[in-house]
Amino acid sequence: MSQLFPKWANKIPLQLQIALAVKLIAIVFGVTYFFSPKFTDVGYAPEQVVPYSHRLHVGQLGIDCQYCHTTVKVSAKAAIPPTATCMNCHSQIKPDSPKLEKVRESWANDVPVEWTRVHMLPDYAMFNHSAHINVGVGCESCHGRVDRMEVVTQKQPLSMSWCIDCHRNPAPNLRPVSEVTTMGWTAPENPQAFGEKIIKAKNIHAPTYCNGCHY
Amino acid sequence: MSTYEYVPEQPLIKGKHNFSSITALVGDLVEKPAPAGWYIAFGIAVTLLAVLLGSIGYLVWEGTGIWGLNNPVGWGWAIVNFVWWVGIGHAGTLISAILFLFRQDWRTAINRFAEAMTIFAVICALVFPGIHVGRIWVAYWMFPLPNQMGMWPNFNSPLLWDVFAVGTYFTVSLLFWFVGLVPDFATLRDRVKSKVGRIVYGIFALGWRGGNRQWQNYEKAYMILAGLATPLVLSVHTIVSFDFAVSIVPGWHTTIFPPYFVAGAVFSGFAMVLTLMIIARKIYGLSDIMSDDHIEKMNIVLMTTGSMVGFAYIMEFFIAWYGAVEYERFAFINRAFGPYAWAYWTMMACNVFSPQFFWSKKLRRSVGFTFFISIVVNIGMWFERFVITVTSLANDYLPSAWDYYTPTLFDASTYIGTFGLFFTFFLLFLRFFPMVAIAEVKMIMPQADPHYYDKHDHAEVNEKQTV
Repeated sequence: MSQLFPKWANKIPLQLQIALAVKLIAIVFGVTYFFSPKFTDVGYAPEQVVPYSHRLHVGQLGIDCQYCHTTVKVSAKAAIPPTATCMNCHSQIKPDSPKLEKVRESWANDVPVEWTRVHMLPDYAMFNHSAHINVGVGCESCHGRVDRMEVVTQKQPLSMSWCIDCHRNPAPNLRPVSEVTTMGWTAPENPQAFGEKIIKAKNIHAPTYCNGCHY
Repeated sequence: MSTYEYVPEQPLIKGKHNFSSITALVGDLVEKPAPAGWYIAFGIAVTLLAVLLGSIGYLVWEGTGIWGLNNPVGWGWAIVNFVWWVGIGHAGTLISAILFLFRQDWRTAINRFAEAMTIFAVICALVFPGIHVGRIWVAYWMFPLPNQMGMWPNFNSPLLWDVFAVGTYFTVSLLFWFVGLVPDFATLRDRVKSKVGRIVYGIFALGWRGGNRQWQNYEKAYMILAGLATPLVLSVHTIVSFDFAVSIVPGWHTTIFPPYFVAGAVFSGFAMVLTLMIIARKIYGLSDIMSDDHIEKMNIVLMTTGSMVGFAYIMEFFIAWYGAVEYERFAFINRAFGPYAWAYWTMMACNVFSPQFFWSKKLRRSVGFTFFISIVVNIGMWFERFVITVTSLANDYLPSAWDYYTPTLFDASTYIGTFGLFFTFFLLFLRFFPMVAIAEVKMIMPQADPHYYDKHDHAEVNEKQTV
């Protein structure tokens, strides 16, 4: 009887096993890396209907975050400002700028500007701005150097492990509450040691149990 | 001192068979066209499989709300069916591993398709934990994989142990089955006429030539796998029972669960093997290999394990009384006389009373009666899991939270659908695989004895041994 299989067929089982193992590992690590928010979400910078520049308003003019995001200290949401906030200044300053066309339209018709949300959490994860601001987590810790952004860009992954990492060891991200809106703040000493003092003073217990955030 | 007469054991293979007639008997089933009944059965099985896939599709689309689950019964048919199917699998492993280590030669007639049954039953079982999570696209959370959440499965949870226990069980069973199949695939490779058949069987035969070295390695490998599979027979259903026993629900929190579940698993598995065997040997004319002696031996196992299960049922009641915990006492009285009494007494009748008929030698050698009881036992074992799961949840600590559980059409269609999955696989197995372990059956035939062809009689052999 002639041979059913050529001689090279002897190598196939080994090759198959190696290929399978390599593929399996590649899939697991591929999903871990490419499907994670670190890869998919960081760098998200949608174009807004009004080309509002944080670099100009915060970086150069020095407006405090809370001038527009008024509710950040008292509520879960930081609040997107109403058109009226823009018009406080822009009824006087550059009232005819073509870049402000949409703002004037909104003002005249009493219809809000449709901003595109940049930082998005899933509905089952509850994030409260005031809880973080009032213990000294700076705006820039999560949102990055907004004072340098022409277009607001997501700088952090906002993934669960990213939240948990800080909740397990919040010290390096803490600062005096008076400094939360400061951009480019640095700790006067070792950030870990400085943060631990704040933890002690404010009796901070960042939750790591499920219904700390999922409720 | 009394003398004993040596009673030679009944030959395991009936009829006048030699090696080549056994090969022909089993090999022809694959090589010759399938009987018309096979096509009808396969059509029905595939239809039921479509029902399963449809039910799962609707479940994924709509969510677990289509099932009868609601407070307080959060575990319904899904876990009942899971435990039932996993339990059925146990007989295959017991037959192939434990009976192998105990040198029970009669296992060779049935081990191949009992193992096939194990694998397909475990596949059916695995459907349920996969789909019951509701958000099926995150079912991979059951495995400890690196992920963006920085989360691991809860290693304290028996439900996770289950994932590993059943996963290991499936892997080892599949390997064991395949290793046993290699020599028989080689036989088929050498027998089939078609080129495609030769190549396909050739691939799975892994270059088997039947040389001395190959047999030596094969038997070592088979022994090692039998050794690996043996603890799994006991461990898998032990861990399945932990799903219940580790909780603090009255009627679940009992230490008797692991042995009692294992006995029940073997019990239901043997019943399923009997059901399948009686049909298969009739249709395929394999009564010489799977004889009435086999049925009798299996019925003894059925009777033994059935009585063990019965003992456990009664012991649970005793402990509930002896333990003097009010909730525990209520749970058991409620089982027997509460709203689910009909299920409880169905279970008692099917599992405890029905196998007792096999004390009669006449009944345990009766094919028709055995077939009937084998089905009754599997109905009973399904109800056992139903009684355990539902009665304890429906009526627990707080009477204000009690409710009556009613399954929906989709509970039923999913369960019935798994039969389609099972029989689709099983019929394909009957059609394309050697359904009896040809090589192993040959090893237990009288011709396999090295002295079978000796001209000298037994006297000389005995003399040598006494020296």
